[in-house]
Parts: sequence; C-alpha cells; structure tokens
Amino acid sequence: MTVPLTLLGLLEREPSHGYDLKRDYDAYFGRGKPLSFGQVYSTLSRLARDGKVVISDLEPGEGPDRKRYVITDLGATEVDSWLTEPVAPEPHLQTVLFAKVTLALMLGRNAETYLDTQRAAHLRRMRELTEIKRSGGLVDALLADHGLFHLEADLRWIDLTSARLDALATEVRS
Amino acid sequence: MTVIEARQVVLSFGETPALRGADLAVAEGELLAIMGPSGSGKSTLLHCLAGILVPESGEIHFDGRRVDRLGESGRSRLRRDEFGFVFQFGQLVPELTAQENVALPLLLNGVRRAAAVAEARAWFGRLGLDGLQERRSGELSGGQAQRVALARGLVARPRVLFADEPTGALDSLTGEHVMDLLVSAARQEGTTVVLVTHEPRVAAYADREVIVRDGKVHSLTAEAIA
Repeated sequence: MTVPLTLLGLLEREPSHGYDLKRDYDAYFGRGKPLSFGQVYSTLSRLARDGKVVISDLEPGEGPDRKRYVITDLGATEVDSWLTEPVAPEPHLQTVLFAKVTLALMLGRNAETYLDTQRAAHLRRMRELTEIKRSGGLVDALLADHGLFHLEADLRWIDLTSARLDALATEVRS
Repeated sequence: MTVIEARQVVLSFGETPALRGADLAVAEGELLAIMGPSGSGKSTLLHCLAGILVPESGEIHFDGRRVDRLGESGRSRLRRDEFGFVFQFGQLVPELTAQENVALPLLLNGVRRAAAVAEARAWFGRLGLDGLQERRSGELSGGQAQRVALARGLVARPRVLFADEPTGALDSLTGEHVMDLLVSAARQEGTTVVLVTHEPRVAAYADREVIVRDGKVHSLTAEAIA
C-alpha cells in the first residue's frame, strides 16, 4: 500500500494538516485519482493508532478543529526502509497477453491479428503519454516515461512473439 | 489530401525481395511512422518514396507526379526542391562548418550565399544551437550534430521530410529532445514527415503508424480496437 507510506513521506517534510496532505498527494501522486478526504483522515487515524504519527495541536476554526500531524521516529524509520528497499521485480509470467496468444494458437485462431490489434492499442496509449510529456512539466514527464517504458517492454514482447508464432503454434498444438 | 503515395511497389535486391506490393498514402502535413523488424523493407520503402530507389514495378506519386517515371536528374531535382532528409549517421559534410552544412541545401537551390547563411543562422536559434555555427561535425556531440542535420533537412522548407532512424544513434534523453524539435518544427512549417523507426517511443510522436512486414504495409491504426 503506497498511500499510507506516501502520506508519511509527505509528513517527513514538515508537520501538516490533512487538507494540505491531500492537496500535495493529489498534485504529485493522484494523477486523475485524487484521494477522498475520508481516505486521508482514516489513513491518518490508523497511522496515529500505530504510533507512526502524532497530533501536535488543534487549531479551532469555524468548522471542525484542524489537526496538525507530525511524523514519529517509528514513522520516519518506516519511510526510510520503504524508500531504500527495492520493489520486488514481478515476472508477469501469466499475463493476459500471454494467455490470449497461447489460447488463440491452441484454438487455431489468428494470433497475429490479435497481436497487431494489441500493438495498435499500445501505440495509441504511447501517443497519449507522449503528448502528456510534451505539454506538461517534468513531474508529468517522469510519470509518463514510466508508462512509456513499460508499454515499450510489452511491445518488444509482442514483436518477438509475432516472429515466433509459427514455432509457437507447432508447440502448443502438439 | 494525399501528398505522397506508393502503389503496389515491388523491389528486390538480387534474389532477395525487399518490397512485395507495398501500398502507402501519406496525407499533407501528416507525421507518419513506418515501423517493422530489421530487414522488413521499411527503409527501402522510404527510399522509394523519396526517389532514391526506383521500384521494379508499382508507382510512386508525389503531388500528382509519377516519381518512378522520372530519370536520375529529375529525381535528383525533386529531392533537392521538395524533400528534406535526416538519417541516423554521417550526414554532415565534415569539411564544412555547422552553419555551412545547414545552408547547403539553399546554396544548391541557387540561393545567394548571404541569404542562405542568414536563413541557416535562424535555424540555430530555433533548435537551441546558438554558438555552434562555426564548429565542424567532429566538434559536435551526437545530439548537436543531429540537430544540425535536422536544421539542414528543414532549412529549404521541404514539402516532405524523410527521417530514417533519426534518433538511432542517440541516448534516450537526447533522442527525445531531437524528436521534440523535429515534431515542433515540422508542425510549425506544415511539413509532412515520413519517419522510419524501430523504436515505439519514437513512433509515438507520430500521428499514425504503419508496420512493414514481409515487404508489405500493414495499417495498425485502422485495425485498432476502439
């Protein structure tokens, strides 16, 4: 789960209110999927319960009192561990692409047409991401690049699989 | 409106068929990417469209003219007057400065030297090359040399720019910069671009992609799922 750890990371910069955390999360990490206030406050409550943040003060206002959250040593250690540990590489051996191609070959269907259609869909998404890169800032570009490189990896697999279709068909039908 | 078109183009190198009935139409102002595996015939198709190679059979049309029926000098004139080129390697004349390289197409078109140099100089600013005018190709980085080549490809305001793996020798970031400049400049000038690449990230700058497989052109976009 990256939301609690990302909120913890944002708190490591400086103590913040829930509203500020939501604003920064949405600006940098939300990307069309903003957090609800309910999710922000329930996450902060769990982090407080687990001793990873504390409430430093309450600011009375016209609405509900505003709580300022401060990261604890335990929370900071968790952020540090998270940022330094590699993400487990996922082999993705059982992807939908793989299943569709293999099944199409087993059933004697046209896997090449499917791969071309998939290639077109991937390239169309890559065009969209490229446009985001060209019209946005560096943070947008960073996120778009991540998507572009993953799509490109899929496309390499599609190209290689296209070149091996005859041999693959022989193998899966034997 | 179609500006350049290949119809049932066939071409072999000795016993090896490269194109086996390739069809392709490129619209005015379009940025088209031709993709395909090595040896699929994608560069051969670009060379036929550009009048560098002549097909054994089939037709090449540019702006209502039959390119495949032109003689060597006619095709040479067409390339000089209407087309621009950016390739992967070795495009700049090493004895000339960067500025002279960019001015070259204009000088070959009969533009007076002072006017050609002034026009070339303007492209240095547009492509972020200011200060490099007097350098020779050996004194430029790969990305700088490719931007100079791009300026040279566009300086004569060609109707069609042919780019064959224009970022193939560059790292990702430099290649991206070159593609950004190529797309921006082509859009501003209204230039049609025919781009050959095996890199999906480069093709993603195009309006449309086709794939050349076994010497034939397959349209990807038309088959795309909605």
